[in-house]
Amino acid sequence: MAAAAEQARSKADDADLFEVALRLGDSALILGQQLSGWTSHGPTVELDIALQNHALDLIGQARLFLDYAGRLEGKGRDEDKLAYFRQAGEFRNCLLAEQPNGDFAQTMLRQLFYATYARALYAGMEAEGEGELAEIAAKAEREMAYHVRHAGEWVVRLGDGTKESHKRCQTGLAALWPYVHELFMADEIDQRLIAAGILPAFEDVKVEWMTSVSSVLERATLAIPEDDWMPSGGRQGQHTERLSYILGEMQSIARSDPEAKW
Amino acid sequence: MVAMAQCMQNRDLHAAWQALYGVMDPEIPVISVVDLGIVREIMLNDDGLEVVITPTYSGCPAGQQIEQDIRAALDNAGLKDARLKVSLSPPWTTDWMTDAGKENLRRYGIAPPAKAAGKRALFEEADAVACPHCGASDTELVSEFGSTACKALWRCLACREPFDHFKCI
Repeated sequence: MAAAAEQARSKADDADLFEVALRLGDSALILGQQLSGWTSHGPTVELDIALQNHALDLIGQARLFLDYAGRLEGKGRDEDKLAYFRQAGEFRNCLLAEQPNGDFAQTMLRQLFYATYARALYAGMEAEGEGELAEIAAKAEREMAYHVRHAGEWVVRLGDGTKESHKRCQTGLAALWPYVHELFMADEIDQRLIAAGILPAFEDVKVEWMTSVSSVLERATLAIPEDDWMPSGGRQGQHTERLSYILGEMQSIARSDPEAKW
Repeated sequence: MVAMAQCMQNRDLHAAWQALYGVMDPEIPVISVVDLGIVREIMLNDDGLEVVITPTYSGCPAGQQIEQDIRAALDNAGLKDARLKVSLSPPWTTDWMTDAGKENLRRYGIAPPAKAAGKRALFEEADAVACPHCGASDTELVSEFGSTACKALWRCLACREPFDHFKCI
């Protein structure tokens, strides 16, 4: 078993591993950055703290992925260089992560969608893979379980809540649904890593995601929107305009004094 | 000579454990990094002492501080040559916390994590947590996320005191 995994690992190309580490790291980073925007704006102090904790988990995971990516690349870029000194077109986060916070309902739906996806993906990586990516995934998977639960409970409370909260949830759902499809679209890089046993089959991740998310939405009395527009490309570097604004804020301090030492 | 070298090495090993028992979590100053399960092992290799540590929560802001404190404690114990290795696998779990550590937490007013790493299913009720102040099990969860990344906020319905509960992962 270990020998088979070792062989699989050696089959995976470092350039492919670098790409997937960026995709996972960037998604966690951008979502973490966005969640931190709720600091001092949360509906209650407990939720304010919860959202900051979510943001910390994601940024912590991003550091692990980006640190690994930097070492794989071997060009002297560390986690900070990768986070603060790349342009929007070099980011590989999924489009879902860069969708606006919107109201609290929309943020919770975005978190539910992303956390359910990340948890299923990481569980598959942990089960199949060996090496550092699998180790990071194993660590992150436990943390994402908390996010799934927290977001799931809030989506049910709000969806099955008042007329107003239900309406807001349904609106948030319609705004975010187009961006979930990209999560399950495997490009050539993904396919090579799936074949090498580094990533799980995306169809399996999708089945698990749909089962879990639809059970939450059903409890929340929310209707799943029709599949219609399915934008993609974030994981290949084609982003919405919004990412530039997120980066503008996130990178401004580091860029104002690139040589600064903490 | 061999016996003496062996003895010196054992002394280093002992000194390292002693030193690290004295390194407290910067946010919960009653539990040492050994009792927390952060220090995974201390080994004597051919090229000297190696201390293997593991991060707790990925986003724990105290992580770097803990690493620096461990380094400083080893240096102060005269073990400047000891190497520090950070290992992610297997991932840290609250199951690695020692019983002594849990008791220290409880006395400090933090309900320690339950024995089994809690992977509660979606919408499943949280297991009852005993109040660290009065011991009652009539308690309720206020928020899954508390004052630090590792804690949830609970309330005791018997003595009415709020308390932190160390999250199980």
